[in-house]
Amino acid sequence: MSEKLIDSGNNAAAMAVQLAAAEVIAAYPITPQTPLTEKLSELIAAGEMDAEYVAVESEHSALGVCIGAASAGVRAFTATSSNGLLYMSEQLHWAAGARLPMVMCVVNRGIGAPWSVWNDHQDAMSQRDAGWIQLFAKDHQEIVDITLKAFRLAELVHIPVMVNYDGYYLSHTYMPFELPDAAAVKEFLPAYEYAHALDPQKPESLNTVTLPDSRNDTNGVKQPGYMDIRHNLHQEMRLAMDVLEEIDADYQQRFGRGGAPILDPYCCEDAEYIVVAMGTIANQFRDVVDRLRQEDGLKVGVLALQVYRPFPTAKIAETLQSAKGVMVYEKGLSYGNQGALYADLKSALYPYPARPQLHNFIVGLGGRDIRTEDLCQTLKTACQQDDLSAPEQTDAPQWIGLQL
Amino acid sequence: MPDPRFKVLTSASTSGPGDAGRTGSWRVERPVLDYSRCIPAKTGKSACHLCWLYCPDNVVSKAIEPQIDLEYCKGCGICAEECPAQAIEMVSEENFVAGGENE
Ligand code: SF4
Ligand code: SF4
Repeated sequence: MSEKLIDSGNNAAAMAVQLAAAEVIAAYPITPQTPLTEKLSELIAAGEMDAEYVAVESEHSALGVCIGAASAGVRAFTATSSNGLLYMSEQLHWAAGARLPMVMCVVNRGIGAPWSVWNDHQDAMSQRDAGWIQLFAKDHQEIVDITLKAFRLAELVHIPVMVNYDGYYLSHTYMPFELPDAAAVKEFLPAYEYAHALDPQKPESLNTVTLPDSRNDTNGVKQPGYMDIRHNLHQEMRLAMDVLEEIDADYQQRFGRGGAPILDPYCCEDAEYIVVAMGTIANQFRDVVDRLRQEDGLKVGVLALQVYRPFPTAKIAETLQSAKGVMVYEKGLSYGNQGALYADLKSALYPYPARPQLHNFIVGLGGRDIRTEDLCQTLKTACQQDDLSAPEQTDAPQWIGLQL
Repeated sequence: MPDPRFKVLTSASTSGPGDAGRTGSWRVERPVLDYSRCIPAKTGKSACHLCWLYCPDNVVSKAIEPQIDLEYCKGCGICAEECPAQAIEMVSEENFVAGGENE
């Protein structure tokens, strides 16, 4: 039986991981992820979850343990935040390059220095080129659903998946959500069978120094060189988007929720101005959209990006190409340039001749309050900005809520 | 069933000649075997074979007269170092190039 609950986002994630029957959990506590791993260790200690909890001394080791477990054909899970994710960075690239399926929740938090325990997206953004699939949840229900889908996706495409959700906004708030029936989840997510699990009877070296050129192995079979392997990771990551849509359709059929696994639009059909954002701020914008439509008669909409890597280039460009203006609000940036999401979006739209005017807003870094009033004002101003200033001026990110 | 569109594994290797590519091209010095000193060759018995055991590229055969596969021997000299009978000498590749010292 499915179950309706009111609980925290971290507990929602833990219960999804329990439902997914992860067999190895290795994690190091870091705010605001800590209650998620505490809940998992509780479930295991109480005998409610048949898994091995490996207590490690660092995030680097946590992901190392998951890499070992996945290589042995075991379903592995870890979670972290902020500097913890950065400490894992080397292993992140390794897990992706070795094509090991696993799932990690990243409870998004600003990066030190200076220390901040509060939310923004710089942690996930800084790892966007590691070769992981990066998904973003907007509420507790999505944490549960996306986490379950993430395990199946990782195991089908052999690429690790990062499930991002906003620290505090989701991790520590309580919201109602539905936990699907355990038996039904088992059918949706069958036991993981790795076709190349470690086997003591068949010793081999994995991911040793791989030559620039392809080579014939000891059996005379042609093996790819480094560049070929990396090319495949890129190509197959692009292809993974189709697989995610297939998985989502199956999930929707079984559990009744889904339909927007890549882009989740709100009032975008007739919109002249579209906000693009990831995570909870996209939900906050639904109020802003309602208000500006009612009070100012502005045809605005908001497009939540649920998948950041692989970047849904064609889909997003199709949705946005006929809008008059697109406003990207993001909680992170590529220092010395502009918002990373903004730059990606701009490049996706470049080939379209009738591309919209773009605006970039940086918001909520290190937990700086995101006032709905500020979102309304900045969006309204951007919509009404007809005579455009110099291109390099419109292209520069605008910071919202600075207290300089 | 794994989906054939997605690779399961990227890079795996089992030890054997050629597993690291055309390692013979790395060679600066070539191991040259003197069967008049080599223990199995001298006694006609399957003995010693430390060169076979130690060669990191598995290119020495475990024969009465051990053979070295020069296609893949990288010239590391470990066999010569380990040989208890000093039956292997590392000789500069210059000597085997047409117009080399000994040609
Ligand atoms: S180690 Fe030396 S003596 Fe022993 S088999 Fe090899 S060449 Fe012959
Ligand atoms: S020098 Fe000797 S040990 Fe080294 S690769 Fe060649 S045969 Fe093997």
